[in-house]
Amino acid sequence: MAMILNEEQQLLKESAEGFFNEKAPISQLRQLRDDKDETGYSKELWTEMSEMGFAGLLVDEDHGGTGFGVMGAGIVAEAMGRTLSASPYFASSIVGASLIKMAGNDTQKSTLLPAIAAGETIVTLAVDETSTHNPERTSVKATSAEGGYVLNGMKTFVPEGHVADQIIVLARTSGDAGDANGLSLFLVDRRAAGVIADRTVMSDSRNWAKITLEGVKVSAENLLGEEGAAMKALGPVLDKANIILASELLGIAQECLDRTVAYLQERKQFGVLIGSFQGLQHRAAQLFSEIEVTRSAVMKAQQMAEMGGDVSWFASLAKAKASKTAELATNEAIQMHGGIGMTDEFDIGFFIKRARVAQTLYGGFNYHADRFARTSGY
Amino acid sequence: MSDLEAFRSETRAWLEENCPATMRSGVGESLTSGEGDICWGGRKFQFKSEDQKLWLERMGSRGWTVPTWPTEYGGGGLSKDEAKILQEELRRIKAKPALVSFGIWMLGPALLKFGTHEQKLEHLPKIARGEIRWCQGYSEPNAGSDLASLATKAEDKGDHYIVNGQKVWTSYADQADWIFCLVRTNPDDKHNGISFVLFDMESEGVSTKPIQLISGYSPFCETFFDNVTVSKTNLVGEENKGWTIAKYLLTHERTGISDMGMPAPLNSLAVEKLGTIDGELEDKMLRHQIAEHEIDAASFVFTMERAKDEAKAGGDMGAFSSMLKGYGTEINKARHELIVKVNGSDAFEWEGQFSNNGEIARSWLRTKANSIEGGTTEVQLNIIAKRILDLPA
Repeated sequence: MAMILNEEQQLLKESAEGFFNEKAPISQLRQLRDDKDETGYSKELWTEMSEMGFAGLLVDEDHGGTGFGVMGAGIVAEAMGRTLSASPYFASSIVGASLIKMAGNDTQKSTLLPAIAAGETIVTLAVDETSTHNPERTSVKATSAEGGYVLNGMKTFVPEGHVADQIIVLARTSGDAGDANGLSLFLVDRRAAGVIADRTVMSDSRNWAKITLEGVKVSAENLLGEEGAAMKALGPVLDKANIILASELLGIAQECLDRTVAYLQERKQFGVLIGSFQGLQHRAAQLFSEIEVTRSAVMKAQQMAEMGGDVSWFASLAKAKASKTAELATNEAIQMHGGIGMTDEFDIGFFIKRARVAQTLYGGFNYHADRFARTSGY
Repeated sequence: MSDLEAFRSETRAWLEENCPATMRSGVGESLTSGEGDICWGGRKFQFKSEDQKLWLERMGSRGWTVPTWPTEYGGGGLSKDEAKILQEELRRIKAKPALVSFGIWMLGPALLKFGTHEQKLEHLPKIARGEIRWCQGYSEPNAGSDLASLATKAEDKGDHYIVNGQKVWTSYADQADWIFCLVRTNPDDKHNGISFVLFDMESEGVSTKPIQLISGYSPFCETFFDNVTVSKTNLVGEENKGWTIAKYLLTHERTGISDMGMPAPLNSLAVEKLGTIDGELEDKMLRHQIAEHEIDAASFVFTMERAKDEAKAGGDMGAFSSMLKGYGTEINKARHELIVKVNGSDAFEWEGQFSNNGEIARSWLRTKANSIEGGTTEVQLNIIAKRILDLPA
């Protein structure tokens, strides 16, 4: 596969960039934050995104989606990174849809996938329990009870946790914390008895929640995939999710560079444009290089995921590289903007606040560099 | 069978018959140091073996040393797709390059674009067959990064020039047969006063002196011109318009330097040398450094791939080659720092079996020039800032 966008992908990119620029600029996120909006995203925007087909990019056409695949999903995520548009896209259309596609039975697929693609149902995944990503360490318990299971424990860092309709909970049906085996996935209705979803306010002003499960009863039909073999489905889905996060981080980095370069071209100090200073030119040029190299890593991972097979090496490479570059880009953007970059009134600070959260979700640089090394045999 | 499939099977059969067994062991580390058993061709070249000579003759006679050049100029006349197949088939049998040279990488592409038909006929087939080895007369003692301030003077004498001056960092000048050289034909205009000329290194008044480097090698020379006569038939392009050719050629050089080929992963080297515990390198810090480096290096390899695909699709590489050159050479330097770390004290043996007679240290030291030659990293960053990011002067 050539490392260039085909015509269809190019069109998707243009329409996505146009769409988010017009419908969901940073001012929308700012408004949601300032209003302390209950939902945390614009329902109107989400409906329009669904109408555009964005909510069903990973859902095949038989289930009401557009079947655009990982490259398409990444292209849209990158565009969202550029305007920091808030929506259940990542939680539901990427992670929720992929998990159901990967592990779900026919009934689960035929009821949930069309609803996700239409933007009517929001599905999210609750995996982490501590501040560090580590699915194997899961200790939330699912004990067998008549005709089903009872769930107990707490999950943290759950995207869209307080607005999701269904929460896919990773829980332990056997074994001890640290075992990769013995983990199972359950579809849990957020409104079920015993589910407490506490919204947490985070730096990126998006929707995150802590989910407490107090004796939550679920029936056997709510098991998603095979009992005890959750990692078989979750592994590849987390890879895909990390590739999409890397795409968003790439969009953030690119936008930070573009805004910074524009600022260097207009801001004067010592009577001249600061963009004429070699010290700043070199920093900008270095950042440009890092972003181009990151773009290749992300694109490669998207393509490999599209082709199927085990992509853990490519996914970790892309997430690690994109995390490192987003960190550089957001830090450099603030530094090169100077004092104004530190003000809330100016938009550039929104990027660093979102980037770090996206970097951390499902493993940051260290997690993925370590995983990259292990996958490479050292 | 499609035409390309037919081409592949014919190529495979031809290589099977014609590539000597001793030429099938791949390229070693020596490519970075520019030494070793590489075939550079030329009048003075001493072949390391009969097989090496035979391999060059066979590939040269088919024009496969320069597969995409037109056949009338000694090339293979292959399409890009066919050339790719040839490359894949060569890689499949781990064939050593039959010939590497500045003629192929740099002068050839420039002559194809700017040379006259006569100049192409005269020089290109000899490059293709490895008969004439070229060197590049660019840098001068006071014109390195600021190349356009060069002073070597070419006086107009009607049908010829008289050239006087000095070049420096002339790679393999002492072993080259001919030189492609930038000379000043107008002292009053910095960029529009430079011409691009060719002449024989055996011309009267040419002398060279090797420069010993920190690596112990002497791939570079000082080159002196004392009243050298250069016929005007050897002027490439228009007089005073040599800077355009120089820039075009530097783009090729940059792409070439950044594309030195991705060597074996560092991690296998480290695993072999240091061993693992529970599948992980015992030295955690080194493991971290290697992982961080390999992530960058792999991302860079994908970037080369992307740049090639974009060029193939008709995109303009332009200043992007500066990014590739700058990033690629820094990656290569970082890689050699890690190779040295992995090898510990063995790395610094100047002579001895553990270091393959100092090869590790010499290659490591050689890479320090990567970010200086062909335009320093800082010059590349200037180009990116001005030509891609459009930052003010």
